Amino acid sequence: MATTLSLKELSKKEDLFTHGHRMCSGCGAPIVVKQLLLASDYPIIASNATGCLEVSSCISEYTAWKIPWIHNAFENAAATISGVETMCRSLKKQGKIDKEIKFVAFGGDGGTYDIGFQSLSGAMERGHEMLYICYDNGAYMNTGIQRSSATPLGADTTTSPAGSVIKGKTQPRKNMTRIMAAHGIPYVAQASPAHWRDAVTKFRKALEIKGPKFINVLAPCNRGWRSSTDDAILLCRAAVDTCYWPLYEVEDGVTRINSIPKEKKPVEEFLKPQGRFKHLFAPGNEWLLKLFQEEVDREWERLKKEAQEAVSDKS
Amino acid sequence: MAKVVAVTGNEAVANALRQANPDVCAAYPITPQTDIMQRFSGFVADGLVNTELILVESEHSAMSACVGASAGGGRVITATSSQGLALMWEILFIAAGDRLPIVMPLVNRALSAPLNIHGDHSDGMGARDSGWIQLWSENAQEAYDNTLQAFRIAEHMDIRLPVMVCLDGFIISHSIERIEYLEDDAVKNFIGEFKQLNPLLDVEHPVSYGPLILPDLYMEYKRAQHEVMTKVSKVVLDVAADFEKISGRRYGLFEPYRLDDADIALVILNSAAGTAKDAVDQFRDRGIRAGLVKPRLFRPFPYQEIADALKSAKAICVMDRADSFGGFGPMYMEIASAMMMNGKKPILINKIYGLGGRDFLPEHAELVLSELADVAKSGKARTFKEYIGVRE
Repeated sequence: MATTLSLKELSKKEDLFTHGHRMCSGCGAPIVVKQLLLASDYPIIASNATGCLEVSSCISEYTAWKIPWIHNAFENAAATISGVETMCRSLKKQGKIDKEIKFVAFGGDGGTYDIGFQSLSGAMERGHEMLYICYDNGAYMNTGIQRSSATPLGADTTTSPAGSVIKGKTQPRKNMTRIMAAHGIPYVAQASPAHWRDAVTKFRKALEIKGPKFINVLAPCNRGWRSSTDDAILLCRAAVDTCYWPLYEVEDGVTRINSIPKEKKPVEEFLKPQGRFKHLFAPGNEWLLKLFQEEVDREWERLKKEAQEAVSDKS
Repeated sequence: MAKVVAVTGNEAVANALRQANPDVCAAYPITPQTDIMQRFSGFVADGLVNTELILVESEHSAMSACVGASAGGGRVITATSSQGLALMWEILFIAAGDRLPIVMPLVNRALSAPLNIHGDHSDGMGARDSGWIQLWSENAQEAYDNTLQAFRIAEHMDIRLPVMVCLDGFIISHSIERIEYLEDDAVKNFIGEFKQLNPLLDVEHPVSYGPLILPDLYMEYKRAQHEVMTKVSKVVLDVAADFEKISGRRYGLFEPYRLDDADIALVILNSAAGTAKDAVDQFRDRGIRAGLVKPRLFRPFPYQEIADALKSAKAICVMDRADSFGGFGPMYMEIASAMMMNGKKPILINKIYGLGGRDFLPEHAELVLSELADVAKSGKARTFKEYIGVRE
């Protein structure tokens, strides 16, 4: 029987991603990993794209992972875990393994939206029994905060600096969750570590569903977002409350919004505490802030419409 | 009992892969390799192997999936050529650095640009420093035999390294030759069961693959990789001795041909060695003491053994079917290094031939041998590096 979904019961479980890892204090990524490992009552084997999580969790003879774990390269976490999963299937077929094992790949947004996109898309199409988790902090944080296709419009990064002529990143972010849903795989979701029950439920659900699954999880990086080290959970909450990062899932093609804020807050509440958006609040840049809000509104309305259509299709 | 068949090099290699019965195969098409994976997919479809196929979206993912599958704990194969190997390049080093015994036939083909699908050795030579063991094959029989032996070498508990089996694109991969197949049972006994080492799939004993190692320890890991390479020659010879017992065919680290008292010698890889041996015979018939070395194990390279084999030669021509632009051909550089081992200084010249599938004809070999005879007599080289069989 699965562990009851209460913090009290979950906290009794063994920590499979242990202390001693070297992620920055206040980083969102290890929270995502811990929530995933707590969610599962199955043995998990994980692959990890090159990035913050990988370089900080297995150094020399030390590993923070109490599960079998493999880092191969930057762009191939999905292909790598697809290999492990296929070997498991082969050995099971031959009667050499009988355990129920779950396969998970972790990648940051660079390893998922950009360089690892082909590998991920291929693995999803092939239908492997795997869950891909993207911890999205919105830039190449490990190499020192360079823009990725997950970087939001206007964000100040080291390769899209807010200068006197160009005001940060000139393009809006790629909607990766939607692109993954377009693969027609059985389960795609968007989650936030601040909404732990929603996140853990999604992880559990994904692990029970047969076939390839993708979950995009917001993971604040106080170095890149230039926010306080104790702000990760608050920022995640603000991201959901402003509908910048809606919590939703697409199960068998049906879109469901998991949490509709009672009062949709202006996106400033998410942007203001972050130094990477400081210039959006400078006199003369109101247009950029407006553009940001319009994009959030447009995406939110589109998502609501998609979810409504799903409801009316059912009735 | 061996079975005599008339098959292409690709067909022979595919049959060797069937007999090895891998647990996982990741495949992606590329000319002239495609035929191997096509045939192998047929074996899977007909239930002749236990293999699970991963039909990936690129060679980069093919090698990435091989790394995952091999770390998982089982026998793993793929095959490629040219651009495919170039795309895998990053992950070749990881397969070797993680000590994963993957077996990969490489059907040698030229690299772009310009685009060319025909045979030369630029692809394999480009992977020289990746940490893979490389076996090179003159003909379909050798490609078949090397593929079978590759599993034993890769999976040897003292080695655990990936092995690349090279054969010439089209010239061997697509030509039909008479070859001898071993019986399935004989191959099964020869290769044996796959032995796991630190498998990821053992969830009771979790292991981490692919750590970050900084300057405090990185060099020790790299030296360990060098050290395991020093053990490979012995294993290759032991495996060859076992293979001879079941096949009657003898393999060494390289093939010496009429070398004992040779004044002049060619060093030449793969299919062109067959043509060159005929030319050597003709020169011997004319009383000229000619010989030939055909390397088989290119990584690790048997420097001392080849230096000893070439000890009587006064003039040597190293024939390269690949170039290092602005340098000598890659095989030339190896032989020049080998010559330092015994402190002997024969005159060493380099000919680049057969790029992009350009025919290597008997008269090319004869011209080179004639030039070598002159060099040996005069003690002077006309030129050290030259393209042959090329339009001026």
